[in-house]
Amino acid sequence: MTDYPADAILVLLETSPTGELAKSATGLLGAAALIGTPVALAVTAPGRGDAQALAEQAAAAGAERTLVVETDAVQTQLTVPQVDALAAAAGAVAPDAVLISNSIEGRDIAGRFAARTSAPIAVDAIGVSRDDEGVVARHSVYGGAYNLESAATFGPLVVTVRQGAIESRAEARPIALETLELQASGAEATTIESVEAIEEASSRPELRGATRVVSGGRGLGSAEKFALVEELADALGAAVGASRAAVDAGYIPANHQVGQTGVSVSPQLYIALGISGAIQHKAGMQTAKNIVAVNKDPDAPIFEVADFGVVGDVFTVVPQLISALAERKR
Amino acid sequence: MKIIVLVKEVPDTYGERKLDLETGLADRAASESVLDEISERALEVALAHAGSADGVEVVLLSMAPESAAATIRKGLAMGAASAVHIADPALAGADLGLTARTLAAAIRRTGFDLVITGNLSTDGSGGVLAAMLAELLEVPNATALSSVEITADSVSGTRSTDDRAMRVSAPLPAVISITEALPDARLPNFKGIMAAKKKPFETLTAADLGIEPQDLSVASSIMTAIAEKPPRTAGVKITDEGDGGTKIAEFLIENRLA
Ligand SMILES: Cc1cc2nc3c(=O)[nH]c(=O)nc-3n(C[C@H](O)[C@H](O)[C@H](O)COP(=O)(O)OP(=O)(O)OC[C@H]3O[C@@H](n4cnc5c(N)ncnc54)[C@H](O)[C@@H]3O)c2cc1C
Ligand SMILES: Nc1ncnc2c1ncn2[C@@H]1O[C@H](COP(=O)(O)O)[C@@H](O)[C@H]1O
Repeated sequence: MTDYPADAILVLLETSPTGELAKSATGLLGAAALIGTPVALAVTAPGRGDAQALAEQAAAAGAERTLVVETDAVQTQLTVPQVDALAAAAGAVAPDAVLISNSIEGRDIAGRFAARTSAPIAVDAIGVSRDDEGVVARHSVYGGAYNLESAATFGPLVVTVRQGAIESRAEARPIALETLELQASGAEATTIESVEAIEEASSRPELRGATRVVSGGRGLGSAEKFALVEELADALGAAVGASRAAVDAGYIPANHQVGQTGVSVSPQLYIALGISGAIQHKAGMQTAKNIVAVNKDPDAPIFEVADFGVVGDVFTVVPQLISALAERKR
Repeated sequence: MKIIVLVKEVPDTYGERKLDLETGLADRAASESVLDEISERALEVALAHAGSADGVEVVLLSMAPESAAATIRKGLAMGAASAVHIADPALAGADLGLTARTLAAAIRRTGFDLVITGNLSTDGSGGVLAAMLAELLEVPNATALSSVEITADSVSGTRSTDDRAMRVSAPLPAVISITEALPDARLPNFKGIMAAKKKPFETLTAADLGIEPQDLSVASSIMTAIAEKPPRTAGVKITDEGDGGTKIAEFLIENRLA
């Protein structure tokens, strides 16, 4: 029998379509280290040789040890293999909390796992802490208008952590890999028929957790003209965001949508171009440190939250801004 | 085939939304309540299928205060055949676990081939309910579908996450959740509104479902603190006089943002 830390925090590692450790993992391990000893769990397909690499990357990001479950089922079944693995790991480790990324996959795994183990669940946490009574999750709700804290009445709390919200990083530890045998629950799962990785067009930063974001709205007018948003983003090394109207009009894929039903961002700098500033858009960006807006309508609500607003046409203001930035670089 | 659509009443996002600083619950008096847009899209998926296949019955299910009945009726006016409303003051402030157990009990009681939920509500934004229900009902979960095809014995669709798009399928019975990529819902017409008045509308309590809301032997999640953040205020606003871009560059440089 292995001894697990008494204050273990179980972290479910996410992997990319190519089997690499996902970016969310460093934040999750960083959060876990704030409240206990991070024990990582990776669920991967056998025979790819991922296990060792994942354990190395997880140790570098602060995992005290990495439990690895190898199962073919991860490639053909949705959610259930990870939940089975998590249930086995939680049974062995008896953690004080289970941290999972608040991604679509992560939420499904967390939801099923919480329901299976009758554990309370705290979703979309932007921070975690520990008090005398246990683990506390911090949330930002209604578009950042309120801060809440939640906790379990007793027992371990399952927490999904907003991607990019945790800045704290854990110290690297020596590599420790442990394989864990899986007892499949036999729960009926959805079949994955095919998977396609979504290629990002460039090496631009990811929207979630980005320090700078440049977003465009319906005011850009067309997919071709939306390139102006990308040009400014590249000049600033920023991620590209969009309003729902821009997504609906097909200027840019839906995973770039900022707002209530899109991504919530809290960057150092948020630039809104041709975006009116509907309440649902503001809900996803108004916690940014600095907001700049360009809109030709002086009454656009986006100006109510902008630190620096320019009433003008994006097609004249933005090219001038891009050349001013280039000028300065020279 | 019986399709149960889970609908939620939420504060209208176009208005100001408030939380009660004592209870942490939505202050229902502070804003208009509406049927969550994503709930309407979920209903549209069911109604579209009912329109194209024979013998499809669409049932609405909601757990909400009694005052939400009128909002739920809108779903009947849009075309659902009946509604089940779980209204019980003891369920106010229910955490996700209790919500899932209660809804699962109601779904079992009604019987189902397919359950459709929204991927994320605009108030709770939990986004975990479909998976929780699937686990409790012992059926597959196919979530975040941006396209849906329903047959007599299966459901399939496209599921897009941040870094991958997949094709998935599940045998029925199953629970799915849909995204806002699916079409906006139809509007209720006059005929629908009249017909809605005669449709079965069942109101249940937790006890009717064998659920004990205050069961302290089950671990739950509780709110331990709440604070309101001061609203953001506007800064400088200038009108472009040919130097707007340069002015932004200066602002960025001054504040070490570029
Ligand atoms: C339930 C629900 C959820 C929603 N979730 C989201 C969400 O997550 N994210 C989101 O963004 N929206 C969301 N919305 C939609 C939201 O209400 C708005 O419809 C949307 O944000 C509008 O996008 P927009 O500002 O790009 O378009 P518009 O409102 O059409 O604004 C375009 C702006 O561009 C300006 N403009 C036009 N041409 C120029 C030019 N040449 N130069 C400068 N300015 C110009 C116009 O003055 C205008 O202000 C949601 C709505 C609902 C009901
Ligand atoms: N109280 C409720 N009654 C009925 N359906 C609900 C309720 N809460 C959530 N749902 C469903 O679950 C989806 C996701 O909601 P949420 O978990 O709040 O993000 C919603 O779109 C509804 O379909």
